[in-house]
Amino acid sequence: MNLFAKLMRRSETAVFLIVVAIMIVIGAINPAFWQADNLFNLLRANVVIGIMALSVLIVMVSGGIDVSFPAFAAAAMYLTVLAMNAYGYEGVVLPFIGATLIGLICGLANAFFIHTFRMIPLIVTLGSASVVRGLLLGLVGTSIVNIDRMPPALIAFGRSSLDVGGAKLSVMVFVYLGLAVLVGLLLTRTMTGRSIFAYGDDAESAKRVGFNTRRTVYVAYGLAGALAGFAGLLHASMIWLANPRDFVGYELDVIAAVVLGGASIFGGRGSVLGTLLGVFLLVLIKNSLIIMRIDNTWQGVVIGCVIVIATALTAWRDRKTLA
Amino acid sequence: MNKPFDLSRFVNRDNNILQLILITVAIFAMMSWLEPTKFLRYYNFESISFIFPELGIVAIAMMLAMLTGGIDLSVIGIANLAGILAGVFFTKLFPGDPAAGMAGEIARVAAGVMLALGVGLVAGALNGLLITRAKITPILATLGTGQVFTGLCMVLTGGPAIVGFPAYWGLIGNGKLFGIAVPLLIFVAVAMVIAVMLTRTSFGLNLFLIGTNPRAAVFAGLKSDRMVLYSYMMSGTLAALAGIILSGRTNAAKSDYGTSYLLQAVLICVLGGTNPAGGRGTVLGISIAVIALMLLASGFQMMRFSNHLIDFIWGGFLLLVMVLNAFRNRA
Amino acid sequence: MAEPLIELRGVTKRFPGMKALDGVDFAIAPAEILCLAGENGSGKSTLIKIVSGVYDFDEGTLLIDGMPVAGLSPRAAIAAGIQVIYQDFSLFPSLTVAENLAMGRLLSEGRRFIAPAECRRLGTEALARLDVNIDLGARVGELSTADRQIVAIARALMSQTRLLIMDEPTTALTGREVDRLFALVREIRAKGIAVLFVSHKMREMLEISDRICVFRNGQKVEEGPTADFTEARITRAMTGQDLGHERYAWAGDASAEPRLRVQGLSVGELVRDVSLELRAGEIVGLSGLLGSGRTELALALFGMEPDYRGTILLDGKPLALASVPEAVEAGIAYVPEDRLSEGLFMSQSIARNVVASAIDRATRGPFLSDDAVTALAERTVTDMRIATTDVEKQVGKLSGGNQQRVIIGRWLLTGPRVLILNGPTVGVDVGSKAEIHRRIRELAVKDGLAVLMISDDVPELLHNCNRILLMHRGAIVDDLDPRDLQEDDIHTRLKTLR
Repeated sequence: MNLFAKLMRRSETAVFLIVVAIMIVIGAINPAFWQADNLFNLLRANVVIGIMALSVLIVMVSGGIDVSFPAFAAAAMYLTVLAMNAYGYEGVVLPFIGATLIGLICGLANAFFIHTFRMIPLIVTLGSASVVRGLLLGLVGTSIVNIDRMPPALIAFGRSSLDVGGAKLSVMVFVYLGLAVLVGLLLTRTMTGRSIFAYGDDAESAKRVGFNTRRTVYVAYGLAGALAGFAGLLHASMIWLANPRDFVGYELDVIAAVVLGGASIFGGRGSVLGTLLGVFLLVLIKNSLIIMRIDNTWQGVVIGCVIVIATALTAWRDRKTLA
Repeated sequence: MNKPFDLSRFVNRDNNILQLILITVAIFAMMSWLEPTKFLRYYNFESISFIFPELGIVAIAMMLAMLTGGIDLSVIGIANLAGILAGVFFTKLFPGDPAAGMAGEIARVAAGVMLALGVGLVAGALNGLLITRAKITPILATLGTGQVFTGLCMVLTGGPAIVGFPAYWGLIGNGKLFGIAVPLLIFVAVAMVIAVMLTRTSFGLNLFLIGTNPRAAVFAGLKSDRMVLYSYMMSGTLAALAGIILSGRTNAAKSDYGTSYLLQAVLICVLGGTNPAGGRGTVLGISIAVIALMLLASGFQMMRFSNHLIDFIWGGFLLLVMVLNAFRNRA
Repeated sequence: MAEPLIELRGVTKRFPGMKALDGVDFAIAPAEILCLAGENGSGKSTLIKIVSGVYDFDEGTLLIDGMPVAGLSPRAAIAAGIQVIYQDFSLFPSLTVAENLAMGRLLSEGRRFIAPAECRRLGTEALARLDVNIDLGARVGELSTADRQIVAIARALMSQTRLLIMDEPTTALTGREVDRLFALVREIRAKGIAVLFVSHKMREMLEISDRICVFRNGQKVEEGPTADFTEARITRAMTGQDLGHERYAWAGDASAEPRLRVQGLSVGELVRDVSLELRAGEIVGLSGLLGSGRTELALALFGMEPDYRGTILLDGKPLALASVPEAVEAGIAYVPEDRLSEGLFMSQSIARNVVASAIDRATRGPFLSDDAVTALAERTVTDMRIATTDVEKQVGKLSGGNQQRVIIGRWLLTGPRVLILNGPTVGVDVGSKAEIHRRIRELAVKDGLAVLMISDDVPELLHNCNRILLMHRGAIVDDLDPRDLQEDDIHTRLKTLR
């Protein structure tokens, strides 16, 4: 098989072509789309949702699904910001480590229930999301930390940007791409990463061949939680406020993006590149409604239709390859 | 069926029901002990009888999808869309005519009910077709349509709630008949109809078989696609019914009402012994589970727990029940 | 016999309420191919699991290289050079061939990272050892079953393997693929590796093995060089009784209108222009290599290939079979290939499994009658001689043979005119097999059912069919009369097809 045919068969190629097509269409409708400012803003809007998508990708490859990451992200973000304020802490490294650890612990709790009691991931994560969100809002508080009370260090970090031809490109984009490369290397170049694929293919066989499947489950969900926690705090530093009710409904967008990127919710299939493209496609559609002068209230309808069409196409393609 | 009722056999076959009854009794006893003066008042139980039916009906709708191994994440979207479309119908398309008599008003409300239920039926049919024809996994199909339905709610309302439902519409959510809450009566009727349908009709048996092994169902010549389609249509209609009761009770309809019901409906299904992988579930289990949860919630509310902590307790309860089930299956 | 590699002395394994193995002596030497024969539940699987360290045992000793070993773990068994290839191969479809091959080695070395070049090198080595050629970069999910099996074998031989255990390796293979597998097994033996081979197919046991051990009820009942065995002797040892094999003779009217007439049936490229006739009371065998189109032909007749072209006539009336319910309505019944995934509703009761295809017969108006369900189920249990006293019992608790009878019984309730059986006795005990054959013949003779029996089991076809069709590349290439044939004739014919 030649390279071209191989390339065409990959779902990443399809998503890429769709992205290009949509960009051309939007650019034709409103040439302002191609301005560097707009494109950089678009990339910036990929960051948080993209890191969350990486987290969901890992879980999906293992054959599970995770709807708890928005709650974990909110908890990690809010607790860290409150802690920073309480201690008047000025740095950013420790807070990000803290937020990541909070997410990690929450993710490990998911793994505990899923592995020890052989529970269905959807239901476990629905439950853990409710537990974490309930505790956060019920015990910690519901008030928003506004820009005037946000730790300045965090805001400064979120604002850091590079000057590219007069337009500002957020440094966070590089943070995101760096994480993507790391997750990509983990999934394809480490035994742990391959064990996540193997586990998603067939958990029983993975065990027989000698994988430590308990470790696989803990790594997958733990890492997913950690990424969510990190993304949570990053979000706060980029929008300059911390709202404990934030991220509600993100699970829809993120899962949609990962599925758009070619991952299968039955496990064993999915790639970082596909996920990046899926996220970009989703954000592109969302943000471009405004540029295309479509009322914002249509956003939900459009995203829903995109999910339905994309999954229908995937299902259709899978049936064709089977036949 | 003239067989004597054999308790031991009943319990053996469905010891999940027994576990549920014990949990419910325990909750009842605990709440009565902790808050005897407030919890044991007639008023408390009456208000529960107004609030729980909408959740119970959503849970039954969820169970119908779970029986065939699916899930319906769009139930809340459908419920709100039904309520909002009815609201649009009452306020914009067909505003009340002061000259119209009682009969005219009842006809107008009846038309609104038919419209709302019709919306549910169509929405459910859309889910069913996406799942059976386009072969989309239920979880993704209903995730997408749920987004579409909620999005349509946003488009129709622009954000704020729709108010101005007719008085008779309010009776569906607030009224009493023979001293009993109308929502409760509706719930009992729905529960009985669905229970009979599941256990005493070939449609019910079809659903259980399809849920147990969808592939074998095809090879056994069952009309799987049609049955699954019907089950989602039914699920959509029930969700719309819940939307009617909700908008009737609050006299308003909004795109983000009842969002916490989704988790609660799943919780009630699992607690009520429904197997999310398909093939097992009873209306009785759902009914007891919803009552247990409502007793728990009202008790905690009396103890001045915030709603957020009640969310926490429900999530924790879901995990606890799953752990219990896991232990029981292991034994 | 050379010094045994592994030896069991007086090993007993108890499970609650039964002895799975009862004082068994067993030994296998290097460079020996040993076949384990026995019905389901005879103790074969228990023995494999003891040797591979999955089960502990209650009495006796296990010796490796003459040294007693206590508490053998799966890991220790692998370290001692014992590898098992399970029926499902335990491969990972989303990983590449190279990764699947390299994974075991990398895992045992406790690696943390994985380099594509190293995977490729290990993979090339592993395949070279077997002298086979498979694309190392392909995902295993894209391979054929036969290739997957080769990958599984190659993987098992990557470590210092001294004993290779193969659990029913030929179930998913046909004809030429089995030959290729056997050639591989002989090469493996030539390298001094012992092979423990478990199979249900007696012909294969006789062909491949050096020695045969027959188990029954947890005991070793016979053991000896393969040359001393015949199929009849193995059967007798496995069941403890002689099973008569009288060939099926059809005495119907060959000039009458056929029950089923198929003309020019095509399904894509898989079935090409097939014509056949099936008369009342006939049992027609259908065989062919995997991918010959035989299953697709059956599925088309069962309404599962709605895009077929051609004519299908039942009792002279043309049928349009666009869906399974239509086929069932017309009187066509199909017992699928894979009982577990396609046939049974495992967690449901026997009664519900029995009535699944004839629910309408148990309804009164719109309602389902439990009494009618029970009555239908109990009648079927008696009729099919299913070994149970309670029709409310879960069907998953029945043995394979009884489960198969549940599925056949299910179809009898629909009043079928044509019965298609795809692998009717795969994974069924010898004793149960005879009973199923008896019932099928009875249905053909007494009820005038037209039966199409798809099978790889040549003796089964020879003994039960009055005609045998062979398919190849989607077309029927032979219409044979079993009276003129011996087993070898059919095997030879199948091998020439490629």
